[in-house]
Amino acid sequence: MPDTNLPHALNSDKKIKYKEYTPNKQTMTQFPIDKIRNDFPILNEKIRNKPLVYLDNAASSQKPNVVIDCISHVYRHDYANVHRGVHTLSVRSTDKFEGAREKIKDFINAGSDKEIIFTKGTTESINLVAQSYGKANIKAGDEILISAMEHHSNIVPWQMLCEQTGAILKVAPINLRGELIFDEFIKLIGDKTRLVAVAHMSNALGTINPVKQIIAAAHERNIPVLLDGAQAIPHMPVDVQELDCDFYAFSGHKLYGPSGIGVLYGKQALLEAMPPYQGGGDMIRRVTFEETEYNTLPYKFEAGTPSIADAIALGAAIDYLSAIGMDAIAAYEAELLDYATEQAKKIKGLRIVGEASEKGAILSFVLNHIHPHDIGTMLDSLGIAVRAGHHCAMPVMDFFEVPATARASFAIYNTKQEIDVLMNGIESLIEVFG
Amino acid sequence: MFDDLRDLYQEVIFDHNRNPRNFRIIENADRKVDGFNPLCGDRLTLFLKMNGDVIEDASFQGSGCAISTASVSLMTEIVKGKTEAEAEALFKTFHEMTTGKDEQINLEAVGKLAVLAGVREYPARVKCATLAWHTLDAALKNEKQSISTE
Ligand SMILES: Cc1ncc(COP(=O)(O)O)c(C=O)c1O
Repeated sequence: MPDTNLPHALNSDKKIKYKEYTPNKQTMTQFPIDKIRNDFPILNEKIRNKPLVYLDNAASSQKPNVVIDCISHVYRHDYANVHRGVHTLSVRSTDKFEGAREKIKDFINAGSDKEIIFTKGTTESINLVAQSYGKANIKAGDEILISAMEHHSNIVPWQMLCEQTGAILKVAPINLRGELIFDEFIKLIGDKTRLVAVAHMSNALGTINPVKQIIAAAHERNIPVLLDGAQAIPHMPVDVQELDCDFYAFSGHKLYGPSGIGVLYGKQALLEAMPPYQGGGDMIRRVTFEETEYNTLPYKFEAGTPSIADAIALGAAIDYLSAIGMDAIAAYEAELLDYATEQAKKIKGLRIVGEASEKGAILSFVLNHIHPHDIGTMLDSLGIAVRAGHHCAMPVMDFFEVPATARASFAIYNTKQEIDVLMNGIESLIEVFG
Repeated sequence: MFDDLRDLYQEVIFDHNRNPRNFRIIENADRKVDGFNPLCGDRLTLFLKMNGDVIEDASFQGSGCAISTASVSLMTEIVKGKTEAEAEALFKTFHEMTTGKDEQINLEAVGKLAVLAGVREYPARVKCATLAWHTLDAALKNEKQSISTE
């Protein structure tokens, strides 16, 4: 176990007390949990003859009927390629596809639908920025600043860019609670910094980063900021204009939508100036063998046939969430996390990994002498799905000196009763291991 | 409560997990190979002391889940005194047993290792059981670099 008395860990950051998002306290009874649970057919599945308790939402969340039905409806009634045909179905398909873009724009309060680029997911969104913005603007000796709690998909694209350009990757440290050490972060922003890329919320620790302060500090030096919103987007209202971030990346599949579709938000002026990412159909206006004129935003970055039905279904997921309200969701999940944390702390030999003061609905933990993989298999036999592993954040595991953690991550359809089932399961497996 | 898991987590496995055998360093080892399962972060270092082509002593260091710890602990016990060829043959039998290609488990051939046959039903855990053996295989082939189950 790391030494909790390390000076850097608990002293250097004690002054920052940030409030990124304060949910309105709502009581659980106001939250339509029964209705929501009915909307997710998979919750009726039996796993190893037990009712499913799905607590692996940070990896991917389950889909409500409206999303499942939407996909089937598109293929049954509205499907054709988009932006290509004069025939009725193509027009209908295009309208729905562009309608989904509009919904996403409103959901994150972007200024224009030109700023909403469809991608495969967070990973592709970040790679797009690295390869397009990065290659055009970052040279040898320049610096890219990330944090020590990033997902591999917000590390590796920058390492690749550094390899291609000779730029240098700088990593801001975290403390033993799993919080970014803000003072250290500020010190790492320098004359050579060309881009800051940080998680809005960490998938391995649950930490919600002080992104407004980060953005303000970077903008003082005219440095653009990319937020990896993969984890934050399902848990809290996100307003890209209020945040003033330059890029915001997220995936549909963690937002109760389909896999294979995601979003890159970028400020229009930045996107306009960026070269295309991939070449192909849809991203061009005019092609001759001598030269090609690129299409306007957002199509410039959408080469090839997109994941049409999935994009439309992501729109359906957003409608569904908006009807519940992201404020209500954040409040409900905050109560779930508080309850889970409280219960977990009662278990002897359990250590929570990630105890940031600002945290989303993720509980990462380790047990004395019981490997997370054994925890995962044991809980699975009780119908409980948790993730056991490094959560694509190996540097975070190294920092906490654990090979892996077990992670329970909560969503709108989880309940306190399910948390009780989890805690009982943990207590029983501790007993069995003896 | 964990009745379904009895085939996977047998008492012998808990025992070896709690008290791993041959959990030590062999200072003058002839072979020393690292094994790594990137999926779960399990790491082990296997030490072999050879006498001609006979494995005179085997030991390990590292940390892993109960299945991988029990597997490497049992393996170091069972390969001691075996020739390289015998150990390789055992690896093959063990591999077949854990990956389920051979429905009939030759209990005589695998001996104590039979307690690990349960992983067949848990594809996500097969690599935990086989990491030790892949590492041994590398050590016998005298591959110095670390091996990975991926
Ligand atoms: C913080 C974070 N960033 C990026 C990703 C990558 O998302 P995707 O695999 O959907 O591209 C994930 C998903 O695991 C994540 O949690």
